[in-house]
Amino acid sequence: MQTRLNLDPAIVREARELAARAGQPIVEMASTHTTVSVERAVLRLAGLAGADNDGMPWVNHLVDSVRQTAGLEHGVALPAWDALITGGYTDLAALAEGAALGKVQFRVPSGEDAAAARAAAQAALRTGIARIDANRVRRGQMIDQTTEPRKPWIYLIVATGDIYEDIPQAQAAAREGADVIAVIRSTGQSLLDYVPEGATREGYAGTYATQENFRLMRAALDETSRELGRYVRLTNYASGLCMPEIAALAGLERLDMMLNDCMYGIIFRDINPRRTFIDQRFARQIHARAGIIINTGEDNYLTTADAVDAAHTVVVSQLLNEFFGKEAGLADVQLGLGHAFEINPAVPDSFLLELAHAQLVRELFPDAPLKYMPPTKHMTGNVFAGYLLDAFFNLCGVMTGQSILLIGMMTEGIHTPFLSDRDLALENVRYVRNAAGRLGESFVPAPGGFIEQRAKHVLSESVGLLRRICDDGLLNAIADGTFGITRRPADGGRGLDGVIERADGYFNPASEFLENGAGG
Amino acid sequence: MTSQIVRPYGDTTGDGRVQVSFTLPVPFGTGTERARAEGAALQLAAKMGLDSAMVVHAKGMGPDYTFFVVYGRASHLVDLSQVTVTEREFPLLSAAEVNLAIRTALGRKLVVVGACIGTDAHTVGIDAILNVKGHAGEKGLEYYREIRVVNLGSQVAVPDLVARAQAEGADAVLVSQVVTQRDAHIQGARELAAAFAAASPARPLLVIGGPRYDPSMAASLGVDKIFGKGTTPGEVASYLAYALASAPRGGSRGSSPSASTVAETPEDGR
Repeated sequence: MQTRLNLDPAIVREARELAARAGQPIVEMASTHTTVSVERAVLRLAGLAGADNDGMPWVNHLVDSVRQTAGLEHGVALPAWDALITGGYTDLAALAEGAALGKVQFRVPSGEDAAAARAAAQAALRTGIARIDANRVRRGQMIDQTTEPRKPWIYLIVATGDIYEDIPQAQAAAREGADVIAVIRSTGQSLLDYVPEGATREGYAGTYATQENFRLMRAALDETSRELGRYVRLTNYASGLCMPEIAALAGLERLDMMLNDCMYGIIFRDINPRRTFIDQRFARQIHARAGIIINTGEDNYLTTADAVDAAHTVVVSQLLNEFFGKEAGLADVQLGLGHAFEINPAVPDSFLLELAHAQLVRELFPDAPLKYMPPTKHMTGNVFAGYLLDAFFNLCGVMTGQSILLIGMMTEGIHTPFLSDRDLALENVRYVRNAAGRLGESFVPAPGGFIEQRAKHVLSESVGLLRRICDDGLLNAIADGTFGITRRPADGGRGLDGVIERADGYFNPASEFLENGAGG
Repeated sequence: MTSQIVRPYGDTTGDGRVQVSFTLPVPFGTGTERARAEGAALQLAAKMGLDSAMVVHAKGMGPDYTFFVVYGRASHLVDLSQVTVTEREFPLLSAAEVNLAIRTALGRKLVVVGACIGTDAHTVGIDAILNVKGHAGEKGLEYYREIRVVNLGSQVAVPDLVARAQAEGADAVLVSQVVTQRDAHIQGARELAAAFAAASPARPLLVIGGPRYDPSMAASLGVDKIFGKGTTPGEVASYLAYALASAPRGGSRGSSPSASTVAETPEDGR
């Protein structure tokens, strides 16, 4: 892609090298540790589903029980499949039930017993990985049988709390033009250290992410995709304490995109930084295999920090997300890096600044399906002014070639959107796309002009911040409040007690498939 | 007193003109359906008190719904003398104003310890108030530079909460209770108040919140403030600034600050 901002390739290269240097120690930490959620995800990929009468999933029971009696330093797989074989259990669910009652004494097997457990675990994982692979193929077939929507994809949110209400709303939104349906999760699900089970009908300002809800919604959207002759993608949210497990369920149920930010949980939900980075790596390995596009959450920084002053923190985070994503096996076309239109409209030249930022991100990541988020912070309740601001957001999006537009609602911050709010929002984006969809090809900022200078300034600030992060270490930078002006120390936050250092001989049967690309 | 009777203003005094928009679950496909839909909208407008209403825009949304924009003349009168304003006992402040008030009055960060007590695992409420992510478009208390938040999460035993509040030097303790079976939220609040009263005469400010509390019950439960459903982080922060940073501190805290000491300035500085 040609650069319209005359960015210096040497500076861009330096920025990437610095991001890699800052991220490398984190990758090493993630490669030498595991978490309870990583181990639970292994069991989910092996087909263990369901929960006890109180709704606590069997994967939690089994992992907790193994941890108490044999430890998780060697992974859950060796002790679990050893007990499965030697205890004569019919399947993992029966084993988990026994474990929940305290009837199973787990051990880390050695010798031939270890080899047997290893082989059984691999066979079980092969089935799950094969299902993920088949889903990826199936997605391609569905797109062939329908059509791939043109970009920018229109991304709409539904969130009633009741999956059976969400389904008709999602289908209606797709008929009205949505290319991507996102089902917002119930408030606080990211802080649950287990994944709820089954179809759910109540949630707080959102619907729980469960395997059954995933399945129901994907099936409904398949039906609508066929009806419309256009493949409608389904998005959910992996970030949180159960990132690896939700990633596994998304792969098993053919979701298409997943929110998976390397730092969102740390900054905005006070989840422990180590836990987050370890979980994130494994979750992204699953997404990579499943052909899922990840969405990152840089837009959130601009809801706490000032969108002009903190513009470079967005770029820095994108570069880190890119590094971690690629290290985990994601391709460029799977990196839905996020950013947002959040500059105070009272700032002079605010639209020029937005254009500069959006074009900078487009040029830094030419092959990434960038996800562009509408204004929220400066939506005041004046719905008429908000509608105008959303139109400018849409215009900036089409002019700078953004890939995924989350459609702004004029009633942002007032209520969950009315049917009419959504309809008006789609009318807005349709008008802009029809009227100015090809404006991007003629949009060449004046050489040396305001937009070019602003973009270069943000890039140089990004390099400066990356240098500091390299000197301090990323965990220290996060502890110092570099992102989203929120301080998160490496040993603080939720979930640190679920982090375990791997012992020699740690065995994760999923990693063998995910890291070596072995067939399912 | 001059006349206190007014009506809406379009472009001429007393014209009463207003604009409303709404959706009805009626189709807008065939000619007959369209006529019926507009008739339905006019009927609603009339029942809402709009004279000679005009449907200026109607649009089908999917097969089953129609969106309308309607103009009309409101037949109702507004009697200004009958307008009552509920006065919050504390002013709503912006984040910057809250920070400034704390810095000025305390000269240090205000410490808030939050928890869900007893068996309650529903951290939604407390997290919406405390997490940076916040709620209803407002950032949580963690966002405030001058507030240090210690969020203990769910199922915290009251004695542990008291001990931690003392260890952290808490200025305020925030407790959220969602579970209400057998009045668990009432008992929880009483237990909380009694434990803090027993622990030290200079107890922190006790603030509880939950959908089933009656905000007028604070004194009878022995706490300083109760927030009900729909409370936003900004309201809690403003209250904390008012209660802890607007007057000299000291001594024991038996009841909430008097409601009469502060003039109300709703929506100030937002």
